[in-house]
Amino acid sequence: MSAKNLLGRAPRIVNIGLRAFADDLAGRGVETVQVDWRPPAPGREAIEDLLARLGAQSKRIDAANAEGLKRLLAGDPVLTDVVRAGDVLPGLGKHVLLHSGPPIDWARMCGPMRGAVAGAIVFEGWAPDLKAATQLAAGSGVQFHPNHHFGAVGPMTGITTQSMPVMVVENRAFGNRAHCMINEGLGKVMRFGANDRSVLARLAWLRDVFGPAFGAALRRAGGLELSPLVARGLTMGDEMHQRNVACSALVLRALSPHFAREVGDGATLAECLAFIAGNEQFFLNIGMALGKSLTDPLGGIEACSLVTAMSRNGTDFGVRLSATGNDWFTAPVEMPQGLYFPGFSEADANPDMGDSAIMETIGLGAFAMAGAPAVVGFVGAGRASDALGYTRAMDGITLARNPKWTLPPLDFQGVPSGIDVRRVAGTGVQPAINTGIAHREPGVGQVGAGVARAPLACFDQALMAFAKTLGIRA
Amino acid sequence: MSAKSAGGTLVNSLRRGFYADSVALMRIARALGAAPGVLQASLMIGSDSNKALLADSGLLAPASRAARADDLVIALRARTPAQAKAALKTAAQLLAGDRQAADTAGTQGVPGLGVALETLPQANLALISVPGEFAAREARRALERGLHVMIFSDNVPVAEEVALKRFAVSRGLLAMGPDCGTALIGGVPLAFANAVPRGAVGLISASGTGLQEVSCLLARAGHGVSHGIGVGGRDLSLEVDGLMTFAAFDALERDPATKRIILISKPPAAAVAAKVIVRAARCAKPVVLCLLGAPAAKLPRGVRMARTLEEAALGAAAISRTPKTATPRSGWIRGLFSGGTLAAEAQVVLMDAGVAVRSNAPVPGATACAAARGAAHTLIDLGDDEYTRGRPHPMIDPELRMAELRRVLRAKDSAAVLLDVVIGYGAHADPAGGIAAVLREAGKNAPPVIASVTGTDADPQHYARQVETLRAAGVTVAASNAAAARRAAQCVRAPRVAAKRSARR
Repeated sequence: MSAKNLLGRAPRIVNIGLRAFADDLAGRGVETVQVDWRPPAPGREAIEDLLARLGAQSKRIDAANAEGLKRLLAGDPVLTDVVRAGDVLPGLGKHVLLHSGPPIDWARMCGPMRGAVAGAIVFEGWAPDLKAATQLAAGSGVQFHPNHHFGAVGPMTGITTQSMPVMVVENRAFGNRAHCMINEGLGKVMRFGANDRSVLARLAWLRDVFGPAFGAALRRAGGLELSPLVARGLTMGDEMHQRNVACSALVLRALSPHFAREVGDGATLAECLAFIAGNEQFFLNIGMALGKSLTDPLGGIEACSLVTAMSRNGTDFGVRLSATGNDWFTAPVEMPQGLYFPGFSEADANPDMGDSAIMETIGLGAFAMAGAPAVVGFVGAGRASDALGYTRAMDGITLARNPKWTLPPLDFQGVPSGIDVRRVAGTGVQPAINTGIAHREPGVGQVGAGVARAPLACFDQALMAFAKTLGIRA
Repeated sequence: MSAKSAGGTLVNSLRRGFYADSVALMRIARALGAAPGVLQASLMIGSDSNKALLADSGLLAPASRAARADDLVIALRARTPAQAKAALKTAAQLLAGDRQAADTAGTQGVPGLGVALETLPQANLALISVPGEFAAREARRALERGLHVMIFSDNVPVAEEVALKRFAVSRGLLAMGPDCGTALIGGVPLAFANAVPRGAVGLISASGTGLQEVSCLLARAGHGVSHGIGVGGRDLSLEVDGLMTFAAFDALERDPATKRIILISKPPAAAVAAKVIVRAARCAKPVVLCLLGAPAAKLPRGVRMARTLEEAALGAAAISRTPKTATPRSGWIRGLFSGGTLAAEAQVVLMDAGVAVRSNAPVPGATACAAARGAAHTLIDLGDDEYTRGRPHPMIDPELRMAELRRVLRAKDSAAVLLDVVIGYGAHADPAGGIAAVLREAGKNAPPVIASVTGTDADPQHYARQVETLRAAGVTVAASNAAAARRAAQCVRAPRVAAKRSARR
């Protein structure tokens, strides 16, 4: 483009700064886009310079991102089965525990995660009691790995061991599978670090009774298509992270006849159906496996700057990018801002935790807040009208709107999808994540719900590593 | 966070991560200044330069020293602690209201240049009006993405300006500005500019109001402008060395719509002026140079020099110099200008009429002074840095000039008051209305007020209506800024020595 071109064509203007200039230009019919400029936060100059240098390769990156988006939006997740974790997750054998978030060892694990680890060890029979279990874990008698490394995800502590039942979601567009354990319900549960007798008894029932019945019902149903179900749930006020009332009910409605056909004993059938009906978060774990099944096909696309995972282990927050494959970019997790159940306060709270941020990674959760005004109050994020603001803000860091999953309050625009690390680092807008809040001590459970923010430092590191794959060094 | 001092109670409030643009903040600061008991109020982002400004005006509380550029500092001084507290509350409400207005405005902004270019891939120009210390960064990014830029911001360090312009030249792009808030590209007025018809005259200007005055005089005389390229107030300095002026010459020379070229500037550095004259002589199209206040120079063929903006726009022949009858008064001319180049043009006209003048922005031959007072003819540029540090330009906010106007109207030794009224995009909605209101307060014995209006009937404020408002208030409205200055010269008893000026040319 030369100076001659400027004078020879109608000016089309990017207005950076005073909004009045953009209003004047738009009023005169001049094509104008307004940039709501903000001063760079001190210390971010290096990141901004890196972004500017990446601008030279923007065509290549944009093309790679288009491919990534295509894969993300083409996904066709189907819930097909429930199976024993050790049977489908290669390497998940004796003395191996999977946890949420990026890699972590016992020494750095937060309280609730230690509690869940001890509970799971007792559940598996690797130690007779919690005390012995703790000694085993602390004495490097077990191995820890992230769920994400095994094709799985788990909410909060996310502890998964070999004999637990996991749900299988198959992405039929690409043939890949992802797994997640069954949601245990509210209150004292292992995902919040609780580990007493009642918690372990429920896990045993899920393993021995509910899991097999659920799997049989799914097989008889020929699987459950999840994308239309999520679309339905969004119009019914779920955002699939802190609110799963509608989707859980839709699952129950779809599978009840199949449960009835597969479970001969009326009392057991009633128990199974009541378990789903009594757990408003039942769908969360299905949604997480769905999320993992959608994002896995994005891994390893050269020059693709899309985020493929956001996850927390209660100590570190981790981010993965398409172009950098299985590498984690980590920073200390932040405290969620939210509301506490009666009798609890922020002093009791554990920092942000769980693989469940996979929901936000695919455009649900806080990204879809506009469709779930009831959640805004639950997570203490302000007025119902503020819900729109969350979704709009996430628009600024994503590349597309998912046409399959639309939000009625935004005139049926799709949920913001495809987080671009360039946009997060460039705008400083931290992805918002709706989350439950665990007690900081092991064994207590959930004490509240709120909104957490993904630390910017993860995205800065990811951006630097991304630039390096393109031959640009910070 | 409050401290008691001789000047009442100082309070500062810090908003982390809050940003609003300077126009919005100044508007809120003004509203706060009018709140009960408030002596001083300022809202600024916490950049180092702003913190220095606040400290200078005694508004920076110790706790705010740690403020960062992405924080907002609300600083105010009130008579009592209760009033200070109440004012802080008012500030919070005003900020919330402003945020809501921005959120509900029809055009939703995007967060950065990258997104902007996805939204408007054919964009070819970035108009940049962020605080000066950040402007060069934004400009460089826009240039890197192949956009021409127009930097409206001022306070851009000169070294950054030179680097940017060199980079632009290497990419074949224009980097207009800084410190010159006007351009007209393909009939589109950018930032502070007027709605003028398209035509055959190409303008290159190192002066914002100079470009406005010339384009409006052309428009009102039935001519049009092909493009007006604002090259920046320092472009013809030794440091910048005319980088954009020469780029603009090249662009307009190639532009088929441009038939002739007018270059407007305050006096350039001598070495740069020589190069400009050589470039003008080499130009394939006729060129008129208006280097306000520059000494006469020997000119090559094809280059004409205009003494004033008026002459540059209309040609010497079209200017009527028939003296009007005016009763000379004793005393001094008090010029209060919002446009720096208009103040310079008035100085040139008065000196050519044999009137010795002083100014805070003196052209060669004029004497430096600080304010419109004392026993001298004084022409003050109220848009100069000393008046605009931390407050809006008088073209946006007429308050400062109205206060000065009240003062000179009361002064017994004012023989005539000379004003410019600049309208157009970006300017105040009704500058004439404010002047008329001050004049109505003034008594019958007030000195005559002479003004001109820089604008057109197509401007939002409407030229004819502004003129009408001024005339109804008793102002003598001249057809141009130069004509207004000539009229002022007739109001004072001056030795008639300058009549033969044209003989020099």
